[in-house]
Amino acid sequence: MGAGVVILGAGQAGLETAAALRMQGYQEPVTLIGEELHLPYQRPPLSKDYLAGKMAADSLPLRAPVYFENHHIELRLGERAAAIDRKAHQVKLASGEAVLYEKLVLALGSRNRPLQVKGAESILYLRTVDEADRLKQRIADAREIAVIGGGFIGLEIAAVARALGKPVTVVEVRQRLMARAVAGVLSDFFLNLHRGRGVQVLLSTTIAEVHSGGVLLQNGGSHSADLVLAGIGVLPNAELARHAGLAVGNGIVVNEFLRTEDPAIYAIGDCADHPNSFAGGRCRLESVQNAVDQAKCVARGIAGNPTPYRDVPWFWTDQFDLRFQMAGISPGHDSFVIRGSIENLKFSVFYFKAGRLLAVDSVSRFGDHVAARKLLASGTPLTPEQAADESFDLKKLATAQSAA
Amino acid sequence: MPNVTYISHKGETHTVNVPVGTSVMEGAVKNGIDGIVAECGGACMCATCHVYVDPAFLEKLPPIGEEQEEMLGVTAAERKPNSRLSCQIEMKPILEGLIVRMPERQV
Repeated sequence: MGAGVVILGAGQAGLETAAALRMQGYQEPVTLIGEELHLPYQRPPLSKDYLAGKMAADSLPLRAPVYFENHHIELRLGERAAAIDRKAHQVKLASGEAVLYEKLVLALGSRNRPLQVKGAESILYLRTVDEADRLKQRIADAREIAVIGGGFIGLEIAAVARALGKPVTVVEVRQRLMARAVAGVLSDFFLNLHRGRGVQVLLSTTIAEVHSGGVLLQNGGSHSADLVLAGIGVLPNAELARHAGLAVGNGIVVNEFLRTEDPAIYAIGDCADHPNSFAGGRCRLESVQNAVDQAKCVARGIAGNPTPYRDVPWFWTDQFDLRFQMAGISPGHDSFVIRGSIENLKFSVFYFKAGRLLAVDSVSRFGDHVAARKLLASGTPLTPEQAADESFDLKKLATAQSAA
Repeated sequence: MPNVTYISHKGETHTVNVPVGTSVMEGAVKNGIDGIVAECGGACMCATCHVYVDPAFLEKLPPIGEEQEEMLGVTAAERKPNSRLSCQIEMKPILEGLIVRMPERQV
């Protein structure tokens, strides 16, 4: 037997790579190496049901210990990779041990972008289950909470804390919420939702300083808070690759097969800067869909059945009692239409570029979301007029195309 | 705790306790039972925890919600009248002895 596949990073992308390799019938050793001591676990609930106390810790792991035994996956937790020696085909662990690989998969994930202001050391962040446990306790004890960043994570945490009855203020530097990801009409919708539930939202507002009693704003104002949390985006963990001489752009640079310039090394998930036709160019995606589908793509490639990464991106977020689902990638659109009713809290935004469907964002319109995934996957033409017309049968169009 | 029997596509049978309040999907994952994938972790976003529920138990299940209905339209294996997403079946005492069969494929 050879050295097999070594996977660095035991988050969802890493775990799914190991699982998909076995599913593909790959027989060589598979070693999954992760820094955290926990079994590979789901991250989405950490800012949703788990933080809200509606989900137990034992529901977080993606697989039980017996799974790794049954499928001969060597799981090495609490180990950090310090360097990659590409010539020797080995990973050097921080412990000093060298681990040989035939193929190496970098599923290293990302880390929170730190807010660089005076007093920043007291700011909490959320990425790991340990951080979620700490945050949960701090929310329970908090009198007033300030959330810096009005993106998905910040708003999910704000919604959870508010539902627990805590006074919450969201401070967003841009003019609108989730500005990187959605159209203004959705930013306004979620602004109204959060304000309607009692969350105070400050837009176009920059933090100048954090102190024990709260935050100082750059406009001279101040806001009291005994818990300050920031969710202002992530940075890809690309340093190992860079130090090994691999190209790094907005993440570790890979081709459409998710392979780096070194034919033995792949990169997937949050850390991978990959070509994505749905984004109209290279991009980096932080999502369950991307982690899982890129894992499967790499596993197919290693198992001898390479196919390019062509999966439709999808995302979801839960805020208060609303489910918000996204299919495709909307930035770059030149127009959009609404299907459904914003007043009734059930609508979708269909984004177009030069008349071609780019993405669909849905609030409690599950049928639209599923149809959108199919339409985007098959490239079925849809006009803005059809999208906006509720009497037009979207499901039928989507089903006909995916069956064809 | 109620028992649930999972029958793989090849006919292998596993009977395990699944605590009331947790899902049939979780029962499979926590016991290392293959055949239920649950890529999205039970958020009703991926349709990879598809099962065929033994007809004797169908009437004891809650109605299929709008979200599940849509996701059942994108399962990898054929959707049948007794198809359900196992993440949406919450265990209750009335489901003691539940039998679910797993499809040939989830992805």
